[in-house]
Amino acid sequence: MKARAIVVTSGKGGVGKTTTTANVGAALAKLGERVAVIDVDVGLRNLDVVMGLEGRVVFDLIDVLEGRCKRSQALIKDKRLEGLFLLPASQTRDKEALDSEKFRLLVRALIEEDAFDRVLIDSPAGIERGFQTAATPAEGALVVVNPEVSSVRDADRIIGMLEAREVRENFLVINRLRPKMVERGDMLSVEDVQEILGLKPIGIVPEDEKVLISSNEGEPLVLKNGSIAGSAFMDVARRIRGEEVPFPDLREKSGFMGALRKLLGGS
Amino acid sequence: MAWFWQRNKSKDVLKERLKLTLAYDRAQLAPGMVDALKNDLLDVLKRYFPAEQEALKVELEQRGEKVVMIANIPLR
Repeated sequence: MKARAIVVTSGKGGVGKTTTTANVGAALAKLGERVAVIDVDVGLRNLDVVMGLEGRVVFDLIDVLEGRCKRSQALIKDKRLEGLFLLPASQTRDKEALDSEKFRLLVRALIEEDAFDRVLIDSPAGIERGFQTAATPAEGALVVVNPEVSSVRDADRIIGMLEAREVRENFLVINRLRPKMVERGDMLSVEDVQEILGLKPIGIVPEDEKVLISSNEGEPLVLKNGSIAGSAFMDVARRIRGEEVPFPDLREKSGFMGALRKLLGGS
Repeated sequence: MAWFWQRNKSKDVLKERLKLTLAYDRAQLAPGMVDALKNDLLDVLKRYFPAEQEALKVELEQRGEKVVMIANIPLR
């Protein structure tokens, strides 16, 4: 992706925006980029706890926008990864305090003056002002979608709005895919979601218990090896950087039931 | 046993539902309104093509970027 300012969004809540932001941000940093992740969900701060940086919050986004502190004072440096910084949302202020134009200028300054290679913006759920503000500085978007009716519908709305706002470099992150259910025909496949939404996937992340465990511990998955979701997020970061990374085959090796089904002519 | 293998896949049901729902969403139309329009259209069409009543169809369809309403009027 050419886009340096990327909004992570979904419309629907609870589909994995914050997990995606934390992990893709950490993965990009692991690959050597200087990354700022920004939590724009004013009043409902969460990116800090998912990343395990909650104990170090002093200033927040609104403080920076309203000039109560410098950018450098509010950016929390992740000690585990060189080049990863978090700008937390305000937990106490209300959304009205968030000014789109000021926010746009802040993201510009991070890229142009503070030499960040990438700014990931964790958008709040919904299609109202919070999302609109989060999308203002963005040149591209990761639209996080679960293969499920309401998430796909909301993603379609969000994609329409991104296009209307001239955010152009947009990709899907298909999250919480269950390969077994897809195989059975009880969950939309990657191809189905792509066909319905008309957007290409940049990430396919299978459902993985380790996602919850890692957020319990405040350790982004990509910091450790050995989880399928973690390596899926790592792949997202590589593709963002322009590497050609094939999507791994998530289907289970067809066992007895699979063979039986084929024999009986099912799909 | 055959019903088990040949049951409708729920994702195909979902796909059809989503395609229609998104067509309405994208066209910013209320499905109920379109239904009413469809029925009115059919009434008019029936006046002119009384013999073809059963075959008349009015449907919404996504065609690339656009959502189009298609009236299918077989003329024998």
